[in-house]
Amino acid sequence: MSNFVAGVFGSSPVGRLEEHANLVHKCARTLTDFFAAVSELDWDAAQQARDQITSLENEADEVKKQIRKHLPRSLFMPVPRQDLLELLLVQDKIANRSKDVSGIVIGRRLEIPPPLIASFLDFVSRCVDATKQARKSVRELDELYTSGFRGAEADLVIEMIEKLDSIETETDDLEAQLRSELFLLEKDLNPVDVIFLYQTIGKLGEVADMAERVGRRLELLLAR
Amino acid sequence: MDAVLIYIGLAAIFGIFMAWGIGANDVANAMATSVGSKALTIKQAILVAAIFEFLGAVLAGGEVTSTIRKGIVDTSLLDSQPELLIYGMLAALLSAGTWLLIASAKGWPVSTTHSIVGAIVGFAAVGIGMDAVQWGKVGGIVASWVISPLTAGFIAFLIYNSVISLILSREDPLARARRYVPVYIFLAAFTKTLVTILKGLKHVGLTLSIQQRYLLAGGIAVAISIGGALYIRRIQPDPKADKKQHFHTVERVFAVLMVVTACGMAFAHGSNDVANAIGPLAAVIAVAQSGVVAAKSATPIWVLLLGGVGIVIGLATYGVRVIATVGEKITHLTPSRGFAAELAAATTIVIASGTGIPISTTHTLVGAVLGVGLARGIDAIDLGVVKRIFVSWVVTIPAGAVLAILFFTIFRYTLP
Repeated sequence: MSNFVAGVFGSSPVGRLEEHANLVHKCARTLTDFFAAVSELDWDAAQQARDQITSLENEADEVKKQIRKHLPRSLFMPVPRQDLLELLLVQDKIANRSKDVSGIVIGRRLEIPPPLIASFLDFVSRCVDATKQARKSVRELDELYTSGFRGAEADLVIEMIEKLDSIETETDDLEAQLRSELFLLEKDLNPVDVIFLYQTIGKLGEVADMAERVGRRLELLLAR
Repeated sequence: MDAVLIYIGLAAIFGIFMAWGIGANDVANAMATSVGSKALTIKQAILVAAIFEFLGAVLAGGEVTSTIRKGIVDTSLLDSQPELLIYGMLAALLSAGTWLLIASAKGWPVSTTHSIVGAIVGFAAVGIGMDAVQWGKVGGIVASWVISPLTAGFIAFLIYNSVISLILSREDPLARARRYVPVYIFLAAFTKTLVTILKGLKHVGLTLSIQQRYLLAGGIAVAISIGGALYIRRIQPDPKADKKQHFHTVERVFAVLMVVTACGMAFAHGSNDVANAIGPLAAVIAVAQSGVVAAKSATPIWVLLLGGVGIVIGLATYGVRVIATVGEKITHLTPSRGFAAELAAATTIVIASGTGIPISTTHTLVGAVLGVGLARGIDAIDLGVVKRIFVSWVVTIPAGAVLAILFFTIFRYTLP
């Protein structure tokens, strides 16, 4: 027997969106372990981290599908369905990029040149900080819904997004620095490795980029 | 003598059947919002429903009962054949009960009130004659079915917006909730006690001047509000839970308010919907005992009791499952949002009860929920249901009418 009063209520996307944010951050966070292992040339540990990233990415995909499945067009929501779906999409790309970047490195047993290791790991950890801040902001969704997307709670989220932006700017600076350090070393390295190192740095930058875009999407929800 | 017993016996059985159906569905729907938002456990909800449904029916249900009894059919045409009214009311009860059973099994958003009004109109128009229906009144009732969900939605929209502006969007929502929630408790208690005092004291035989009535209602509401405020003061913040969900403690304050609005909702429901089962029953008893139609007798108290008992049995046997189903589905209806819907719906219903208009409590509650949704209060609302409610409006009246005509004809040729 179905009950129509229960039918009035669609399934809320909020909890699942927060769960998804959590998964993609965990996925990105595993990059820290991954690159720590790579820098020590411990390929077994790297493979383990890579497997974990892949499985977290799969989990996030599953949650993404669930969210889409429960957002039919007939729903009336405080925020447009499209905005929520786009938030979900950029959020999901954090996991995708994490998987891509670990794939490139593990596939080629790509070694990080020893003089670069310190700045490289710094860069990775700052990118992960960005995804952590993105997760923190998305975890406020529940409270945003409760407070009608206005007032003190909205201000709090805006502050969080500003912090996210500044973290992302730092990752940009770190990325530029890393590229220039690599440029100084590149003539002594295997040219193919160099190409892939640049690609790896670029993909890592994109992880932080996607985190920042999560902030942009949240901002759009608030702007209405 | 035998015939009288048969009539009253049948009416009582059908009346209980109808009351059972109301308890199993309508009451369950009305209470589910409180259970879903975890302001009440299922057991508490049944207790609240049992007490306040009954109070609502006895203290504020008189007007609607009298509309169902004698406001739809023009009984002056039946002076020569009082038994027609008996057959008709029996048929109306049985057909509305049957239709509700079918509809609940299929999950259609059908209203008890629509079914019984459709059934009464059906037997009167076909069994007695088109003139026997007070079309003006029926028109007013049908119009109220559209107006009541809209009104409840509008009130809910205003209430929820005020909650956001005054409490939820502020820096210090907890302190503000402690300050303002007693005001909402006052509003919830005042509307219900006022209607009760304006409309219900007649039965008790108390006569007060208008000012005295307002003062009495205000006094009772203030007392309830102070009680609520004292209880709220004892709620301690839970820092751990608040870190996870900033509004955790705030919602616990609103949960106190929601206990009050849940009582109000049960009261409002009792004041309007119990009449659907009791009205026809009372009509049958009055005619069967006196042998005349124009009996001005009041509804006997045992009839009200029967209605109340039937509802509680329906709630306890089948409604529990409905509450659990609905409650599970609406977990994102937190007390701060749920109370707004309940307060708006209960206020609308109680005003209708005071005016003697039988409306659909469930549709009014859905209207109120949509109002909270329009105020951006509900995470996701499935508008498909609204379409189905419209369809049920169109289908229920003819369905109730056709079944009533069928039963009416059967009774007419088989009963003494």
